[in-house]
Amino acid sequence: MVFCKSPINSAIGLVNTFFCLAIFYVMLNAPFMAAIQVMVYAGAIMVLILFVIMLLNLGTDDRKRYTNGSVWSALASLLVLGNVIFFIKRGRVTGAEGDITAFVVESVGHTELIGTTLLTQFMLPFEIASIVLLVAIVGAVVLAKKEV
Amino acid sequence: MMPEMLSLSNSPGVFIGVMLVKILAVFGVTIFIVAYATWWERKIIGHMQTRLGPMRTGFHGLLQPIADGMKLFFKEDLIPAQASKLSFVLAPLMILIPALITVAVIPFGPDLHFGNFLIPQQVTDLNIGVLYIFAFAGLGVYGIVLAGWSSNSKYSLLGGIRATAQMISYELAAGLSIIAIFMLSETLSLREIVFLQQQDLWGVCSFVPNWYVFSQPLAFGLFFITGLAEINRTPFDMPEAESELVSGFCTEYSSMKYALFFMAEYANMTVISAITVTLFLGGWSAPLNIAIFTMIPGFVWLLAKVFALMFFIIWLRATFPRVRYDQLMFLGWKVMLPLALLNVLITGLVVVILQ
Repeated sequence: MVFCKSPINSAIGLVNTFFCLAIFYVMLNAPFMAAIQVMVYAGAIMVLILFVIMLLNLGTDDRKRYTNGSVWSALASLLVLGNVIFFIKRGRVTGAEGDITAFVVESVGHTELIGTTLLTQFMLPFEIASIVLLVAIVGAVVLAKKEV
Repeated sequence: MMPEMLSLSNSPGVFIGVMLVKILAVFGVTIFIVAYATWWERKIIGHMQTRLGPMRTGFHGLLQPIADGMKLFFKEDLIPAQASKLSFVLAPLMILIPALITVAVIPFGPDLHFGNFLIPQQVTDLNIGVLYIFAFAGLGVYGIVLAGWSSNSKYSLLGGIRATAQMISYELAAGLSIIAIFMLSETLSLREIVFLQQQDLWGVCSFVPNWYVFSQPLAFGLFFITGLAEINRTPFDMPEAESELVSGFCTEYSSMKYALFFMAEYANMTVISAITVTLFLGGWSAPLNIAIFTMIPGFVWLLAKVFALMFFIIWLRATFPRVRYDQLMFLGWKVMLPLALLNVLITGLVVVILQ
């Protein structure tokens, strides 16, 4: 995704990345998250990004300008990968077991678990997030429309 | 001993064998339906316009799909010089594969007993079945968008842009309309939704099954119409409006790639019929709880209902003109979406009152 010269190919690469992320969710016993990941990120947000790239017709003139950066971006991502592997190998992040184990997820159901926690324990953040989104939508309409 | 669900952990060999048989059967049937849907559509529209439709190849043109396939297969496969090659080749696959993958969660019969095991007549019973369908429906957009963009032609680009806007707006209304179903069924698994629809109607009428079309007629209408818009069928076939855009997003395609677009269109038609049948019309269950009807195997009922809905879709194509683009957006955002929200609200109220 990073090395593609055409922005559209990069966008397709990003879709692929989101899809693979969804596969990770499935392997972590979280099918609901996987479906939402594909629906929202791969299915909706990336379509809009693609739409913008298509309409602005990027990537016809300034293709050569960004090719030098790819070496540095590769180096940076390698460093980040090394960092992650280092911290995982140090063992500070593994071993702790919470209330919700694989067995609980299996018996209650992943979707039900998310639903109950979202609407009881995390009710306030959930509502705040929806209000923030609503404000964003209203703001977008106000900005886009000349006469409200 | 209670029969248990066959899975990879309790009998790997049998499981893999059964899965292969199920996948091959479902895939084969779907491809067969897709091939003959083209013949069927031409026949029906022909007869509705007092023509005969294809008659030359075989009895009443029955070999027409094979002849068409052969013809397209031997045509030259052109890629325009200015096209973006990778996306141009990828696009037909990206529209066909999501369409075929969604068939995997459609149940086509009751559980079978095999020794000590229960085998669901469904490729896989996901507990997020409906979300899975929506996820892959969302991925199907890329095929059209990329086809439109990568051809590097203005008709294709316009078709692709129309498709994006249309599919994004209608996906919302489609998703909201079936939320009402989940409020009644309290599960996302299609297998359990079908089982729930086999019970008596509202617990009262013993020989009519509890299909959700009776308790959710508004959701049924909304889902079917938004489904039509999502698969770009008439009257919502703006992306390939041939009177203004030549042939829309697939203008520059030829040979097998063009055939893949056509297969995807009919595969989508089959899938949307199958989903509507499963969610609202009782899936594979019989239309009346009478012994003669319930003796007929489930897949016969499923196919009969799917064919009926497909006939209806084709009938719509022969009847309605195409809607205008602004009408399409008006319908999607100002009619479908509020109605779907209203339906969710009413269903919620009724569910709370009944508790």
